[in-house]
Amino acid sequence: MSVSVNTSMPVRSHRQLLIKLLAVIALAFAFGFALVPLYDVFCQVTGLNGKTGAKPGTLGLAGISKPVTAPPSSIDRSRTVTVEFMGTVMPGLPWEMTPLTSSLDLHPGELQQAMFRVRNLSDKTIVGQAIPSVSPGLAAQHFEKLDCFCFAQQTLAPGETKDMPLTFIVKPELDKDIRTITLAYAFFIVTDTNPAAKNLASR
Amino acid sequence: MNTTTVNDTAGHHDHDHDHAPAGLMRWLTSTNHKDIGTLYLWFSLFMFFFAGALAMLIRAELFQPGLQYVQPAVFNQLTTMHGLIMIFGAIMPSLVGFANWQVPLMIGAPDMAFPRLNNWSFWLLPAAGTLLIATFFVPGGAISGGWTMYPPLYMQGGIAYDISILAVHILGVSSIMGAINIIVTILNMRAPGMTLMKMPLFVWTWLITAFLLVAVMPVLACAITMLLTDRNFGTHFFDAAGGGDPVMFQHVFWFFGHPEVYIMILPAFGIVSTILPTFARKPLFGYVSMVYAVASIAFLSFIVWAHHMFTTGMPLGGQLFFMYTTMLIAIPTGIKVFNWVATLWRGSISFETPMLFSLAFVILFTIGGFSGLVLALVPVDIQLQDTYYVVAHFHYVLFSGSAMAIMAGVYYWLPKWTGHMYDEKLGKLHFWLTAIAFNITFFPMHFLGLAGMPRRIPDYALQFADFNAIASVGGLLLGASQLLFLYIVVKCARGGAPAGDQPWEGADTLEWTLSSPPPYHSFVTPPLVK
Ligand code: HEM
Ligand SMILES: [Cu+2]
Repeated sequence: MSVSVNTSMPVRSHRQLLIKLLAVIALAFAFGFALVPLYDVFCQVTGLNGKTGAKPGTLGLAGISKPVTAPPSSIDRSRTVTVEFMGTVMPGLPWEMTPLTSSLDLHPGELQQAMFRVRNLSDKTIVGQAIPSVSPGLAAQHFEKLDCFCFAQQTLAPGETKDMPLTFIVKPELDKDIRTITLAYAFFIVTDTNPAAKNLASR
Repeated sequence: MNTTTVNDTAGHHDHDHDHAPAGLMRWLTSTNHKDIGTLYLWFSLFMFFFAGALAMLIRAELFQPGLQYVQPAVFNQLTTMHGLIMIFGAIMPSLVGFANWQVPLMIGAPDMAFPRLNNWSFWLLPAAGTLLIATFFVPGGAISGGWTMYPPLYMQGGIAYDISILAVHILGVSSIMGAINIIVTILNMRAPGMTLMKMPLFVWTWLITAFLLVAVMPVLACAITMLLTDRNFGTHFFDAAGGGDPVMFQHVFWFFGHPEVYIMILPAFGIVSTILPTFARKPLFGYVSMVYAVASIAFLSFIVWAHHMFTTGMPLGGQLFFMYTTMLIAIPTGIKVFNWVATLWRGSISFETPMLFSLAFVILFTIGGFSGLVLALVPVDIQLQDTYYVVAHFHYVLFSGSAMAIMAGVYYWLPKWTGHMYDEKLGKLHFWLTAIAFNITFFPMHFLGLAGMPRRIPDYALQFADFNAIASVGGLLLGASQLLFLYIVVKCARGGAPAGDQPWEGADTLEWTLSSPPPYHSFVTPPLVK
């Protein structure tokens, strides 16, 4: 056991290590924000987040926006899919939304229509925008909306009630394992009080 | 470990805090790692009691069905703030407190690498803690959407939400600064002869934890910055009205969140791996495999995050990937448990309080690990997600895991820190009360979850009443027992039988070569490690 002080340990610089660590932290911070575009690209490629193919150019949603195709002639009568409808109104919008069609049993490939009743509870004219979401997410790419009140902003006069139609096809390519699809609408207010929605309106 | 101390300060340097200012200024301006470690530990003990008081209110409300004491909105504030403060205010700072006290002592360094930065990392905490507690008194009350801060709920609340974002930012900055300090200290300031593979396991676990902190705290900062701009500046990262996606928040959050749970458990592993060999009077079994196990747990923790999101609608491939990676973590964790058990095998074991807590840790943490494995199975998780089964799981890993390991560490090192022995009889009483009350509180929650009781609710269906009453009785007992802990710690800090330099005969790390309490400036001349 030698008691001579071991000097073989290299003298290390705190400063160098500090700079490296700060670089790692900056990278991690940048990575956190990079997750946002990465996430959108990922969802676009895979179609996972339940955003349906809105009419190109209307909403510019980060989902898949394939052009709407004509109704296919083939109807898959060998199976039945249930489509459920939901409507919610986001805080700040004094409206009420009820699906008149609560669910439909259909064969993939059939042209179908669903109705929603929307009422303005306030004494002001208000503009709203509906945002759809399909679950399970993987069904979204096979859920084709031919005509939808969500393609445009909707204006309701004070106390007005409107029935809004949705025409759609569930394409026969839908995964055989999916037997129930839920389509949920959320109505958002489009006014100056909601900057995000204003942003949306200006697109 | 054989050590030859070429350190002349240990014996005859009486710790008269030579040039340190006295009174409050001493604590405000101190750059001494021992002072700062003490501050961290007291701060986290205070927060532990604050968040614990919130839990007492939760359990009182849940004692029987119906609404008794608090309105649902307040109840939601209680669960949210309990979780947030326990995690960011109690568990994390106390582990940093341990690092401050023990890392320099265990590697033979005179202090932390950046003492002034160290002072800052601590003094940010009371600021953040005050902000968090203050949110209970602002219009609309404290945040109530759960500690995970999910939008869209988090977008809708009042000013408390913005204050809490600021507070979490401050806590994050503090953690990052602490982590930098710890990494630089460990990598650059080890005593001559202490190679990486000779470092005590506690130091290893903290080195890896500090790297986790540096990698994921900035990601949390991103997530909450985006929340802040969505709330106030018209961006729409998570706002569906503007084409954003609330589920994306969950991905970013859990990319931080899962490594975060390992940040809270790895140093606890380190504490237990130090205590078990001491009281088994045998070296730690499988030191090298322990180091590699910790490293691989840390690595795997980055690729399992979506196991918190199995019900958000993921394709089968994604579910399988996250299920298998999650189950993979059981392997290094199993290695650790086997090594702890093998350390005990044929040891001459004695059961002092730190050992009791550590043994309970091994058993109860393993139960929590098993329920985690159950939750990793996708079909099972789809049933159990957001039920009390999850609550049972994370309390087994966080309370009987992290918190009980922290208590073990406090009992183990108190004699070194204060120079006095704690009251062993009371310590054992505290242990048995805690271990028994803990299981009365949280074991029935497994059954509640399996029976379908959702978490975060102030009222529940009648069939859950019995188990909830049991859990509440246990919970109040558990909370009360912690007052005994406070009493023991204060009593020991104020006086008691002199501990001597080496109160535990089986302990062989460097801090035991110093006097108890150690001199204010220790290892001014580095010891030589052979
Ligand atoms: C006296 C001891 C404790 C008791 C009685 C207790 C009790 C509870 C209860 C009743 C809940 C609410 C469950 C719900 O409805 O969602 C809860 C949630 C939680 N607890 Fe504890 N707890 C204790 C200690 C701890 C400790 C030491 C931690 C460590 C970090 C912790 C972390 C959490 C977390 C993260 C949540 C979830 C909060 C949320 O999801 O909103 N608890 N606890
Ligand atoms: Cu996790």
